[in-house]
Amino acid sequence: MIVLFYNRKTKNRISTAWMLIAITFVIILPFILGAGLYYKSSMLFEQNSLGDLLFSKVWKPSIGKFGFLTFIMGSVWVTFIAMLISAPICIFAALSITQYSRKFYLRIIHPVIDILAGLPSVVYGVWGIIVVVPFISNVIAPIFGAQTMGYSILAGAIVLSVMIIPFILNILIEIFRTIPIELTEASLSLGATKWETIKYVLVKKAVPGIIASIGFGLARAFGETMAVLMVVGNMIQIPKNVFDAGYPLPALIANNYGEMLSIPKYDSALMFAALILFVVVMVFNALMRMLIVRYDKY
Amino acid sequence: MIKKIEEIFFRSLMLISNMLILFVLALILFSIFKKGLSALNWEMLTQRPHGGYYYGKEGGVLNAIVGSLYLSIGATFLATIIGVPVALFMNVYLVKQRKILNFIRFLLDLIWGVPSIVYGAFGFTLMVFLGIKTSLLAGIITVTLFILPIMIRACDEILKTSPLGLLEASLSLGSTKTETSFRVVLMQSFSGIVTAILLSFGRAIGDAASVLFTAGYTDSIPTSLNEPAATLPLSIFFQLSSPVPEVQNRAYASAVILIVIILIISLLSRALSKKYHKNRI
Amino acid sequence: MIENTKIKVDKLNLYIGKQHILKDINIEIPENKLTVILGPSGCGKTTLLKCMNRLTDLYHDVKIDGSIIIDNEDILHTKTDVTEIRKKMGLLSQRPFPLPMNIYNNVAYGLKISGRRNKKALDARVENYLKQVNLWDEVHDRLREPASKLSIGQQQRLCLARGLAVDPEIILADEPTSALDPISSETIERKFEELKQQYTIVMVTHILRQARRIADYVVFMYMGEVIEQGPAKEFFENPKMDRTKAYLQGAFN
Repeated sequence: MIVLFYNRKTKNRISTAWMLIAITFVIILPFILGAGLYYKSSMLFEQNSLGDLLFSKVWKPSIGKFGFLTFIMGSVWVTFIAMLISAPICIFAALSITQYSRKFYLRIIHPVIDILAGLPSVVYGVWGIIVVVPFISNVIAPIFGAQTMGYSILAGAIVLSVMIIPFILNILIEIFRTIPIELTEASLSLGATKWETIKYVLVKKAVPGIIASIGFGLARAFGETMAVLMVVGNMIQIPKNVFDAGYPLPALIANNYGEMLSIPKYDSALMFAALILFVVVMVFNALMRMLIVRYDKY
Repeated sequence: MIKKIEEIFFRSLMLISNMLILFVLALILFSIFKKGLSALNWEMLTQRPHGGYYYGKEGGVLNAIVGSLYLSIGATFLATIIGVPVALFMNVYLVKQRKILNFIRFLLDLIWGVPSIVYGAFGFTLMVFLGIKTSLLAGIITVTLFILPIMIRACDEILKTSPLGLLEASLSLGSTKTETSFRVVLMQSFSGIVTAILLSFGRAIGDAASVLFTAGYTDSIPTSLNEPAATLPLSIFFQLSSPVPEVQNRAYASAVILIVIILIISLLSRALSKKYHKNRI
Repeated sequence: MIENTKIKVDKLNLYIGKQHILKDINIEIPENKLTVILGPSGCGKTTLLKCMNRLTDLYHDVKIDGSIIIDNEDILHTKTDVTEIRKKMGLLSQRPFPLPMNIYNNVAYGLKISGRRNKKALDARVENYLKQVNLWDEVHDRLREPASKLSIGQQQRLCLARGLAVDPEIILADEPTSALDPISSETIERKFEELKQQYTIVMVTHILRQARRIADYVVFMYMGEVIEQGPAKEFFENPKMDRTKAYLQGAFN
């Protein structure tokens, strides 16, 4: 009996200790990530000021000049256009799924969203190469009188927009579902039609949530690597229109790891690119979380 | 009248949005299966590539299948033994410390959003720091870091719904907190936890950016943790860019295999969560 | 017994999925009186109320048969636009749900929706209805603030004002005082006493004392069935059914 008791106590102690170690590790993980990336990229600051790094176009690794503007602009272009495509689709789809759809349709659309969310990035990339790229080259570009192989900002943005649709849509569905049904009932019983209720009451109520969902989507899209890398063209130039090739930050990291150790400071430069991604995503997510929390208090 | 037209207009936009989503999924599956199914045969599943994965016309993608399984199972295992205790700790020990709990959830949500390429870059730095070369082990460590927040938050969401009364009842019967955590809370949410593990496994097997620098790529099947390992996503990425059509076929076949794995995971977790919801009601 | 029937519910049955929620409901609700639907929680009172302005349309898997006749029109089977039917009825829910807009627009919402946009007329009506619910003095200098900043009691009175502003004939109230402090509850109750001169009021409650205080007519429900209905005096002093007697004596609680 005593032995048993002793065993239980020891077991309790060991597993509690393990839980504590695990949770401590998880809590300091983001700080280790940030610190590690900063430490590795800090060597760049000896020769380049932060302003130069972020706002200079000069990218000459061989002479130690690292201006990331081209890559930042590549990321901004792709992300921005992807959001332009997916945000309205997500808002309309979320409204119809939460307000108009019958149970039968929900049983189809929810698994579809789940599968889209689960498909790996490279699979989207493959789809981009075999469907989107030729479609742009053969159909869309000629309409606008442009000539392109198809590997372009637009291809990256289209693939990216499809990838983030399930992500944003799930957040939006959640947001519209948490609006109490009594609010809809109140508006309807004041003589509003269903659409007026959606327009004047539900959407208005959901504005902070909608903004946040788009913000989360932006952060997600900004860091997305493989799918975009495979279709965006990867040319070091600031794109002038959507049919130009671009070179987003994640693609820069992914494409150059091979040369990382052969050119001095190149590894630092790639780590700096990762640091930019890390900081942008963390800051964006933090801001959006705070927006949602603040709005929940009302 | 204008009201009606406006409503019809916006409802058609909603309809179009829904159709687009359904259409795109169908298009993705159709286009990839069309290319990949014809390339998929017994040789593809059971043989390693011969003559180098980039130029060799012969052989299949067994190296990538096995490598991916090793890597994802390893990473999911590590993430489970770290992540599940963390989620339990949050929901048993910290359940009354709202402020700390909210802070941890906030942090987790933040790292949840960190792109996998950043983990890849960090993993590479870590490898150099520790003096490990590209290997299965380095890949497993990196992927573990990447799926850990996903695993914890998913488990946490499940455990959050387990009633507090159960916990207090168990504690008042003289169980230690550990026993309560593992026997009562974990068992009560078992199928939910399995769903969370499946979700993490799906993330692990599908991600390429985190293993790009860390797991390496090889034609052979790793026999120890110190050897590099091929993975399905990278098998797609590398072989698709080859000029040799037979090699490209290996990429398409890998894509089909990967999609099928993801579909199976999705189906399994859907079945499980249905059962789970039934138990709760 | 009833001079003017405003609402007549006839053989109403309602199912959610396979559950039989309302069982063969037959009631008559008199015009310009306060009718209380009384009964323990979960007996289907709220569902019955929601049938009356077709809010049941919002839910999945609901099946209704029977009829609800308001002003010679069966609202469950009519070609009249459902929004027209709903305009006849103001709704006051358990907790106040102010619309996500300022105080002024909460009251003006229904008017603006039905196309009345004359600023002066709107101002006058908003003031009038806020005065009717004794809220004007408290809010007249902050009409542009979000309604969510008001106290719960004030919000409930605001919800009443916005319901009155669309000129309904009927007020449907679902335990309107259950979330309120005693003073706000009393304000609402007293308001109802006044309003029933002009409006037909249907109020759901499970508070026996409240029913005794204000009801003219009582419908008693239990487990989805109407057990007894009649004028309040008769109902409380001389109940006919055993289950009513038991309930009045507190056996259900």
